[in-house]
Amino acid sequence: MIQFLVHDPKDDVGVAVVDIESGTKCSGRILANNKTISAEAIQAVPLGHKIALRDFAVGDTVTKYDCPIGKVVQPIKAGQHVHVHNLKTKRWA
Amino acid sequence: MAGKKIWAYRRENGRVGIRNYVAILPVDDISNAACEAVAKHIEGTIALPHAYGRLQFGEDLDLHFRTMIGTGSNPNVAACVVIGIEDGWTNKIVEGIAKTGKPVAGFSIEGQGDIATVAQASRKAKEFVQWATELQRTECDFSELYISVKCGESDTTTGLSSCPTVGNVIDKHCAIGGTASFGETTELTGAEHIVASKAANEAVRKNFMAVFEDYTKLVFDQKTNDLSESQPTKGNIAGGLTTIEEKALGNVEKLGKKTKFVGCLKPAEVPTEKGLWFMDTSSAAAEAVTLWAASGAVVHLFPTGQGNVIGNPIEPVIKLSGNPKTVKTMAEHIDVDVSPILQGEMTLDQAGDLLIDMIVRTANGRFTAAEALGHKEFVMTKLYRSA
Repeated sequence: MIQFLVHDPKDDVGVAVVDIESGTKCSGRILANNKTISAEAIQAVPLGHKIALRDFAVGDTVTKYDCPIGKVVQPIKAGQHVHVHNLKTKRWA
Repeated sequence: MAGKKIWAYRRENGRVGIRNYVAILPVDDISNAACEAVAKHIEGTIALPHAYGRLQFGEDLDLHFRTMIGTGSNPNVAACVVIGIEDGWTNKIVEGIAKTGKPVAGFSIEGQGDIATVAQASRKAKEFVQWATELQRTECDFSELYISVKCGESDTTTGLSSCPTVGNVIDKHCAIGGTASFGETTELTGAEHIVASKAANEAVRKNFMAVFEDYTKLVFDQKTNDLSESQPTKGNIAGGLTTIEEKALGNVEKLGKKTKFVGCLKPAEVPTEKGLWFMDTSSAAAEAVTLWAASGAVVHLFPTGQGNVIGNPIEPVIKLSGNPKTVKTMAEHIDVDVSPILQGEMTLDQAGDLLIDMIVRTANGRFTAAEALGHKEFVMTKLYRSA
């Protein structure tokens, strides 16, 4: 069983496919090349929500599907929950 | 896939429908009561009440007529009774629907009132129903289906599973000469470059980008904030989608991997040739599906993550979900469960075949979840205020 999926090897977030508890050592799969990848959740990440695969600083761009999905507005550490509290659209702001 | 058959209704103009409705269509909001009275009186008819049709003008009025005529002309409609407040616009819609060759009759209320109009229209509706109920399904080719696609209450699982499942079906359907349409203009924001790269040629690409930029301008002209909680919706956010870009990138998975789109349609416009078409639509589910039904689409594929429950009165909506929670908590709304994709227990190709099987069953007569649950959302798109 895997805990998260990643669309593309260039992505820096994964998507939880189960409810992940804080402290869980997770294994994931990259869809584009079918490789496995691991990450440690340092916060709870609900099913369908994103887990950071690296540290981000304010102003960084988050990549998913090998495309930009928004800009970071609060610092994020690898393993943290990425969502509306720390990531905003670049398009309609 | 080639040679796959369905049992469906071949209409007078050669088009293939999968339902056999006698529609009672109001020209305008004030004719809803008469249409609903007829539908209540005559079994086997369906009234399509809506909110508009008075004092509209210009492009907005054109869209109103296109939606009305297109709805009556849809191959899922066997025959149509049109009721309006006055003769002029009523006849215009009757004449438009009559071009399909199907039985259609118009009635107007001014000068005689609701009761006499309902009596006249009921007699005609009864005649249409008795004629339509004798029509038989015949063997038709799957490729003759015009399929529309749009997702709703998406989450990250739609981009991982249900949307690419629809994409797999689009690739297979268009490869055998089928017709299909996608839209949701604003919900392509952040993935418009991917859509543009799938245009069949430079003219189509330019046309798409012009339509996209026009709609984007409307959002910027009207918006009072960054659209948080409208796009993405509260439901999208609950499901893990954070930004419109992320939502759009999941959305465009429905376009398939190989298929190029052959042209751009105005809202409710009918495709003029086979293949995949972009239609300029709202991203709101009921509005968009109503536009596709008016363009002649006979079955809709609807991926959902958090559980949108939409249906349409004349175009069956097949729902699929890859969210393992939603397929349990909202099981009665989901026609196809593709959640095993998330754990790698089902491939996209297998999921696509599962969905094709459900399209065949639906075409042959199986009620979708939305049909069984009585979802009949008929929602006209209005472009601006009336005069």
